[in-house]
Amino acid sequence: MLKRENIRIPVSQQALIVEKPIDTTTIGGTVTIQINEKKVSVPFGTTILDACKENQIHIPTLCHHPDLCIAGVCRICVVEVEGLRTLQTSCSFPVTSPIKIHTSTEKVRKARRHIIDLLLSEHYGECYSCFRNGNCELQSLAKEYGVDGYSFGHILEPKYKVDKSSAAVIRDMNKCILCKRCVRTCIDLQEVGVLEAINRGHETHVGTFLDKPLADVICINCGQCINRCPTAALRANDPSDEIWNAIDDPKKHVVIQTAPSPRAAIGEEFGIEPGHSFTGELNTALRRIGFDKVFDTNFTADLTIMEEGTELLRRLKKAVVEKDSSVKLPQFTSCSPGWIKFIEHFYPEYLDYLSSAKSPQQMFGAVIKTFYAKESKIDPADIITVALMPCAAKKFECNRPEMNSSGFKDVDYGLTTREMAKMIREAGIHLPEMPKSNFDEPFGNASGAGLIFGATGGVMEAALRTVYELVTGREVPFENLRIESCRGFEGIKQASIKLENCVESYNFLEGVELKFIVAHGTANAKKVMEMLQRGELSDVHFVEIMACPGGCLGGGGQPIPTSEEIRRKRAQAIYEEEEGLPVRKSHENVHIKYIYENFLTDGPCGELSHKLLHTHYTKRGKYIS
Amino acid sequence: METTLKTSKKRTGPVLFSNYQQADGIKKAIELGRENILLELKNSGLKGRGGAGFSTATKWMLSAAANAEKKFIVCNADEGEPGTFKDRVLLLEYPELVFDGMVIAGFTIGAKTGIVYLRGEYEYMLPSLEGFLNNMKEENLLGKNILEKEGFDFDINIRLGSGAYVCGEETALIESLEGYRGEPRNRPPFPVNTGYLGYPTIVNNVETLASIPHIIYKGGEWFKKNGTDKSKGSKLFSVSGDCRKPGVYELQWGTKINELLDIVEAKNCKAVQVGGASGVCLPKSQFNRSLAYEDAVTGGSIIIFDESRNMLKILKNFMEFFVEESCGQCTPCRVGNTKLLEGVENIEKGEYTFSYINKLKELGKTMQAASKCGLGQSSPNSFISILDNFKEEIFYSNRKGIKNVKA
Ligand SMILES: Cc1cc2nc3c(=O)[nH]c(=O)nc-3n(C[C@H](O)[C@H](O)[C@H](O)COP(=O)(O)O)c2cc1C
Ligand code: SF4
Ligand code: SF4
Ligand code: SF4
Ligand code: SF4
Ligand code: FES
Repeated sequence: MLKRENIRIPVSQQALIVEKPIDTTTIGGTVTIQINEKKVSVPFGTTILDACKENQIHIPTLCHHPDLCIAGVCRICVVEVEGLRTLQTSCSFPVTSPIKIHTSTEKVRKARRHIIDLLLSEHYGECYSCFRNGNCELQSLAKEYGVDGYSFGHILEPKYKVDKSSAAVIRDMNKCILCKRCVRTCIDLQEVGVLEAINRGHETHVGTFLDKPLADVICINCGQCINRCPTAALRANDPSDEIWNAIDDPKKHVVIQTAPSPRAAIGEEFGIEPGHSFTGELNTALRRIGFDKVFDTNFTADLTIMEEGTELLRRLKKAVVEKDSSVKLPQFTSCSPGWIKFIEHFYPEYLDYLSSAKSPQQMFGAVIKTFYAKESKIDPADIITVALMPCAAKKFECNRPEMNSSGFKDVDYGLTTREMAKMIREAGIHLPEMPKSNFDEPFGNASGAGLIFGATGGVMEAALRTVYELVTGREVPFENLRIESCRGFEGIKQASIKLENCVESYNFLEGVELKFIVAHGTANAKKVMEMLQRGELSDVHFVEIMACPGGCLGGGGQPIPTSEEIRRKRAQAIYEEEEGLPVRKSHENVHIKYIYENFLTDGPCGELSHKLLHTHYTKRGKYIS
Repeated sequence: METTLKTSKKRTGPVLFSNYQQADGIKKAIELGRENILLELKNSGLKGRGGAGFSTATKWMLSAAANAEKKFIVCNADEGEPGTFKDRVLLLEYPELVFDGMVIAGFTIGAKTGIVYLRGEYEYMLPSLEGFLNNMKEENLLGKNILEKEGFDFDINIRLGSGAYVCGEETALIESLEGYRGEPRNRPPFPVNTGYLGYPTIVNNVETLASIPHIIYKGGEWFKKNGTDKSKGSKLFSVSGDCRKPGVYELQWGTKINELLDIVEAKNCKAVQVGGASGVCLPKSQFNRSLAYEDAVTGGSIIIFDESRNMLKILKNFMEFFVEESCGQCTPCRVGNTKLLEGVENIEKGEYTFSYINKLKELGKTMQAASKCGLGQSSPNSFISILDNFKEEIFYSNRKGIKNVKA
């Protein structure tokens, strides 16, 4: 009944892994149960919670999250199962026999109400002074159960110091309800393992190794824990006040670049169903807020493709033609700062496999403070660059000390989708009502290849479109340029594409099967790195890794809640928007051509590129001093 | 403190402390074969002695039926319930019963490894217990092809607990064995299916396992003659508190509390805490109740309080214990216990209303129903029973002249 090999640590937090019968229509594959007088048939092993959901019976949950294994700790989802003395948690109880369930008896309602009362009694602060006001699962639950007072008192003094050490994630354990979603996210989903419950009994709290500040432990800043926290206990480090100050300062020229994923998700912050892009509307809103220029990060995504693609071809040439055994292949992408910190901590001896190209965000910062400043004759010291990102780790990235090759801080502020939405609301703008407008020159609208960076596999697809065409002189041989093997949410995707009839300068690649791997979520990255350690990637050329499940569209700065379904819809929005774009290959972006002709004149991976657009990494290791 | 295993037995009793020669049970088990062992066990009606009282035969049958490449036998020697020390006596004085029981369990369900989860404070027993196990190995009662039975392999190793009460809860114990925080798991699945490292595992109390060799050697029928209709066999009681003769007693299930008080020579007894901190506190008027699964049940702990005791202080002690010992993972127990303790403190200060007290009792009921494990499910027992049974003293009489409770 149980698949043991699927069991990951820690066992206390594992789902009961029941094999779902393949054909649920055959006898034995389903169990007939009774939920509140209604007889229903469900597949063997379905949880009571899922069985109820399928039958339009709502059961409240707090510690349950569709992305995570089962905890069964908040106990809010309890129901009565006939014949059992105690109440059972529906999120963890698998249906394996014809049980009778009651979801709303007096005992159940009382228990749920008690649990809410208990949680609130220890929950410091008030909703009106809380950034999760209006999007908080604890608050909704209190509303659902008509809580209108504190039955067991209310904590008046904060118990914990707020940890603001990290550039990315702020932890306020005074708002924590100990659902341990963050713990399961960090340990199980991301396999980083920064957070765990500490102490026992009344002293239990979620903490880090020896309760050290988050900045001092091996947190990769992915922010996935934030996205799954039901309350305001976790949040990103929000720079919006400083951005407002810059906007209000007439001396400052404030430019913003927007990444594709926030555009495909920000509608959710305004009550729109997931799956709609608001690129044009956002451009207008940002100008109304007061940004002086609105640029498209996809421009530097295209630039990344040129740089990273060229770097790959050079590595291939060295390996194939010069038979240089010191060349590190496969080349790993470097645009996900969560992934970068992950590899720096966990696999520091493999940093040479990373492309040295900066992420699109950082490239843009450097380009704005050099090329753009020059072209538009603005003193770079007066330019403030803001990056709208789906990401918490970008906040850490822009503060890396090495990210100042322009002579200034390349990117001043990383702003998340959530924080942007807040600024827009604060400015009195309802985003969906905005008229559409385009991005500003001199970078204009970028290619679709840059746009799909937002989804896992997107960088690979974009790179292949360009590399294949550079090498063979032909477009990738796929209908509508869709490279399906790069798409979808499978944890690790492997595929290859054969290079034939190459142009002369790439003769050395004739007949080569270009092999690539795409992985998303650091748990999958870990698997790929273990394959590399075992020497199993010797025939692979290129690996794309994104730290967040689903890629950037599932980033730690994206609207809350998140689930695979929501991420799929965001991906769909991105791919749909992409197909409508006139230019869909990075090397065909006219602005890219322009910058190589007029600024980066020694070409991709040339000297100036190297100075401005490439970087180096730090061996961090996983031991905390 | 005892530091060596005693070999000369001074104790007598109907079942556990009756005569037994090491290895007799194992030999008989081999003779009987697996199915007959299970039938014998079923016939005996043995229920778990660790507190929950689950049918041992059923537990064994479930894990015997489970299909897996490995299985484990775990002896729960965490003995953390306040006022319990009977497992210590068994391990020190009757290790052959406990270990033979484990070997028989291994034989019955097809487990090759037994683990004793020994309470951290019992570390001093380690050398002698290990010496005992070595002797068993030499006599081929452990190791490969035990007593020449082809394929009957079984070994026992001892692991030390780290002093958390909750680690006596079987799934928390398993977590702890696996090297994680001692937190109870969700159930289902149960350890008999998915236990240690995910394999079918029997977790039995020391006393349960110690009963096995007797049952197998002397028969379920013999065992059943002791006790009551619903509580077969005898029970070890750890008696402490205000009495002249505290200690471990083997008595028939069904013994009345009054009778027990006479045996241990308790005078002026006001209250008896049956089942340790997680048990219930009974007043004089209920001393005619029987100690049995169907009436006043205990894993062994009996704490006696005489007239000089302050019941509220006693309750406060218990609640402080739970506030600290809750593993902290689930809401009703983690926060609920602090609220109950707060209630006790408010009563102490005289700052309460009866509607507040009733609200706390209601909360206690939710904790009993909605907590994840036995700790939270039973921690309100003392709260509810002491406030109900000692209303007069706590709320109405002045408490002068009642001395502080000794720990
Ligand atoms: C908080 C808690 C502590 C427990 N401590 C012990 C213990 O110290 N020893 C023990 O044998 N059982 C203890 N138990 C009971 C075990 O969970 C389990 O039921 C028992 O080991 C099963 O063995 P049995 O069937 O032989 O009684 C405890 C249960 C709880 C909830
Ligand atoms: S976390 Fe939720 S419940 Fe708590 S104060 Fe904020 S909005 Fe209110
Ligand atoms: S940001 Fe990522 S690595 Fe850091 S604690 Fe959260 S989940 Fe773990
Ligand atoms: S920080 Fe948030 S996710 Fe983590 S346990 Fe607390 S409430 Fe849950
Ligand atoms: S009832 Fe208490 S000890 Fe048991 S799991 Fe819940 S918090 Fe932990
Ligand atoms: S949602 Fe089921 S226990 Fe928390």
